This record gives sequence, C-alpha cells and structure tokens, in this order.
Amino acid sequence: MPYVLVVAEILDGSVLKPVQELLTLARRLGEPAVMALGAGAAGAAEALGHFGASHIFLTEDPVLDDYIVVPKVEAIAHVAAILAERGGLVAVLLAATPEGKELAGRLAVKLDSGVIADATDVALSHELGSVVTTQSVFGGAFTVQAAVVRGPAIVAVKANAVTPEPSPAVSQVGPQIEKLALEFSDLATTARVTARTERPPSGRPELTDATVVVSGGRGLGGPEHFSLLEHLADQLGAAVGASRAAVDAGWYEHQFQVGQTGKTVSPQLYLAVGISGAIQHRAGMQTSKTIVAVNKDPEAPIFELTDFGVIGDLFTVIPQLAEEIDQRR
Amino acid sequence: MLRITALVKYVPELTDRRFAADFTLDRDAAPGRLSELDEHTAEQAISLAEARRADGGEAELTYLTMGPPSAADALRKALSMGGDRAVHVLDPAMHGSDAQATSLALASAIKRIGYDVVVCGMASTDAGLGLVPAMVAERLQVPQISLASSLSLNGDRVTIERDSQRATETIEGSLPALVSVTDRTGEARYPSFKGIMAAKKKPLQTWSLGDLGIAEADAGLQAAYTKVLSATPRPPRGGGELVTDEGDGGTRLAGYLSARKFI
Repeated sequence: MPYVLVVAEILDGSVLKPVQELLTLARRLGEPAVMALGAGAAGAAEALGHFGASHIFLTEDPVLDDYIVVPKVEAIAHVAAILAERGGLVAVLLAATPEGKELAGRLAVKLDSGVIADATDVALSHELGSVVTTQSVFGGAFTVQAAVVRGPAIVAVKANAVTPEPSPAVSQVGPQIEKLALEFSDLATTARVTARTERPPSGRPELTDATVVVSGGRGLGGPEHFSLLEHLADQLGAAVGASRAAVDAGWYEHQFQVGQTGKTVSPQLYLAVGISGAIQHRAGMQTSKTIVAVNKDPEAPIFELTDFGVIGDLFTVIPQLAEEIDQRR
Repeated sequence: MLRITALVKYVPELTDRRFAADFTLDRDAAPGRLSELDEHTAEQAISLAEARRADGGEAELTYLTMGPPSAADALRKALSMGGDRAVHVLDPAMHGSDAQATSLALASAIKRIGYDVVVCGMASTDAGLGLVPAMVAERLQVPQISLASSLSLNGDRVTIERDSQRATETIEGSLPALVSVTDRTGEARYPSFKGIMAAKKKPLQTWSLGDLGIAEADAGLQAAYTKVLSATPRPPRGGGELVTDEGDGGTRLAGYLSARKFI
C-alpha cells in the first residue's frame, strides 16, 4: 500500500485534534506516515500510532523553529522522497492553517504536484485513480469536488473535516521511528524569527479547531460584556470568537476575529450573540454545522442562516441560558 | 534603486460570484473591483517606495495582475493611489489555470520586471485559498515573509510583526523577498483627483504567455494539476425556528441545544 504523509504539528508531546483528524482521513488513502514537527514530538509516538501512523519521522533541528517555512518545506520534501522510493506516496496532508497553506504551496511547486487548500473532505477515487477533495467556496455558497490529477496530491485540510477516530488496527509494536539528519539550503535560513512572544493560553480550545464557538459582536456594547460569552463558552467547552465590528472597536483581540479577514471556523455549533451577520462575517462561519443566534433586531441578516434564532435582549437571554445549562447538569 | 513589485487582483463583487459551465469562476458576468485586501497591498508598497525616497534613495513600484481585460481596472485603481507603472498578464490561454500555472505566470512576469521585494495581500477575496504567494516565492527561490501586521525596510533587511497561531512574532529577512500584508497594516489611502488623473498617464503594459516564454500547453484548464469534477450550490440555510423572547428565550434556546446534545 502506498504511503500518505501527514504533516503533524506536535505541541508539548500531545497529539491535538487537527492531527487526529488528518490521520483519520489519511487512513482512507494509504498507509499513514507522519512528519512530526514541534517540541516533544518523540513523546507523541504512541498516540500517533493509536491513530494509525506506521512510521514517524522526527527532527529536532532548531533551524525548523528559528526560521520560517522553507526549512519545514525542505524537511517534508526530504521525507516525501524517502516514501516515494519505498512504496509510493499518494498524498501529503497538512492542516489548512496559514502556515500549513504556505507549506502546501511551496511543496507543490517543489514536487510539481497538484495542490488543494481548505479541503473539507478527502477520498480516493478508484475509478479516477486519484485523490478527490471537497471544498466549500464563495463563503460556503458552493461545494466543489476536485480531482488531483498529478500527484502526490498536496492537500491542506480544514479543521473539523472529520470526526477523529482511533485506528481499528493498531500494530502491537507501535510505529517505527526514524530520526532525520537534515541539510538545509542557503534559502532555508533567510527569514529568521527574531522575537516570539507566546500568548498566555486562554484555557479554551483553539478557535479554528473548536467543536463549539460562541461569538460576540457589536450588540455586546463594550469589552466588559465579553465575560458573559466567556462564561458561556466555558460551560459549553467552546472557543470565543468576535465579529470584525467588535475587534475594530477594540473590545476583543484580533486573533479571535471570525470572518473573511480573520479566522474561518466550521464547528458543530456556532452561537452568534449580538452579531448582525455582515457578509464578511458570514464568509468565516457559514459552513458551521448548526448555527444559533441571539439578536434583538428581527431583521438581522444572521437569522437567514440560523437553525434556531432568538429575537431578544442578549443581556437577559444569555444569562438565562447559562443558568439553564447549570441546572441541566 | 529599490524595485518593488506589488501583486494585485481584480475580483468579482462579493455578492456576484458564480461558476461558468466549465467550473471556472465566471469573471465576465459579474462587476468587479480591486480586491479590498489588495488596497492594503498597494498602500504598503507605496509606503515602502515613499520611505526609500525620503531616505534619499530611489524606488520604482510596479503593479502586476493577471486576469481578464477588465482586470486593468484594478491596476488603474492601484496606480491612482500611487506607484509608477503596471503590467497586466492577459492571455485567453490562461483561462482556467490552477494555482500552479498562475504562480508560474506571475513568477515569470516578476522576473521579467525585475524585483527586490514582492508585496502581496493576505489572500484574494474570491478564491481566497492563499496559496499563490507561497508558490510564487518558491518559484523565485526567495523567502516569504508573510501576514505582516506591520513592516519596515532598512537597507536590504525587511522586518515584520505578525500574529501567528499562538504567538506574536517578529520576522527578519534579507532581500530579495516576498512579503504579504494583512488588513492590520492600517487604512489604505483614497486616490486623490490628482492621483486619478496621473494614473491615466502611467504606463500599463499587457503581456501574453508568449512574452513570458510560457507555452500555451502549460497553462489553462488542460494543463491544470487539479480538475474540478462538480460545483454544487449549497442548499440554502436558515428556515430554522425563530422565536421572540418573552421572558423564556434563554430557556427555549437551552431546550434546543439540549435536544441536540450540545448541553
């Protein structure tokens, strides 16, 4: 069986949900091998094996952290060449984060391969003999299916594309671990990270990976009221998002902005609170599975999208919802 | 002389996007504009040129686009904000090109123009996949210093600040380089009347694939490494339940969420 290479960002040795999703998809296409990037990747081997990885390629070269994009592209291309030689490589799957898409683009040029970004599904078409992807385009207005006719297919997959499932057939011996000794080109060390300030962890899921997102907009009336949403988010295990209006007003940090120029989210549940639903916002959340909104304006365009909407004052509706959740647990 | 090339895109208006029969984006049917995100591209490119000239240096700013005849409008709009000249890659054979062929044409044009720094936006606002800048950078064999929320140039060193997934970062690189900028870089200037008049006289060249040394067989739908099989309009959303809060809105919402196992 040919290999599928999953590019996995490991954070402190843990295998986060986006990586579990990529491995779940990869098992449909071939035998999953992992290029593990990030600190503590070695400690993640068992968990990666649990999701079906048969081979794990590791490197602890600091160049990968100190310089952006190109060293990782070279590392991935190196592993892709190894796998192509061993048994064939059908696809490279990456997370469709900003960095993941940059890696995908450069890799596609390097390998002279077809590339798809923001896939919401990936499958192997035996009929076509190629990888077939699904994408949601124009702010979710169309669903597009495309075949990658020149491989290996490079596919950047959106979070929440699939429900992660452990592999039904896990080998007793665990994945085979291979340490890489890499030599980088001069180009790899031309763009350096000279300062990095990690943000304190919010304790909530990443906005783009979260199963539930609670977002606030102009209707909140000020930064102090976001605590209402944060409380609700913590009850639901949700991430907190904000509309561009709320971010531009300085009420919530830009990294939490949902919309065309912010993050695109596709959770199981999206709860829009005090958000009118401008088209820029809709482009970032329209593919959510279930959409619920609270807004005092019955004409708010957000209600065109909702599966359940409450016309009312969020300052009474949200606390009541929070109380109900407490009571039901 | 600092040679700046800024990539800009002409996109259909947000509300008028549809597919043609061959599953390409129908760029003829809809009215279009300079992508909103590329107004920031133009602004930052103009600012780099202005800063270099203020330091007593020389700079030349060329805009580059690829697209149908109407895409020239995007170039004129950018030229009315500032900048010196523009190049339009226009060839019917490009129709239906994938990201590979698009990046090949753009990279070939950039090489022909000559460059020290390539400035582009964070994504287009139509396809919006954000792949092309990285692919152009790989073809040029330069670093991509991406998603800047601010940038500055000091000699041949470019420095940006950006918000990545978990951190705020400062990235520094040497020219030649490709830099992409976000809408966090600040407001784009409005073209002045004088700027609009001046833009009409600025040189705008049109290049074909032949001018770029690219064979027709290497562009367009036929050459694409990805092939669209179907494009299906998403079933309209909404039609969901809408209730007016009469003192029980939160309770009813809780009931809805509970029935769907979110609570």
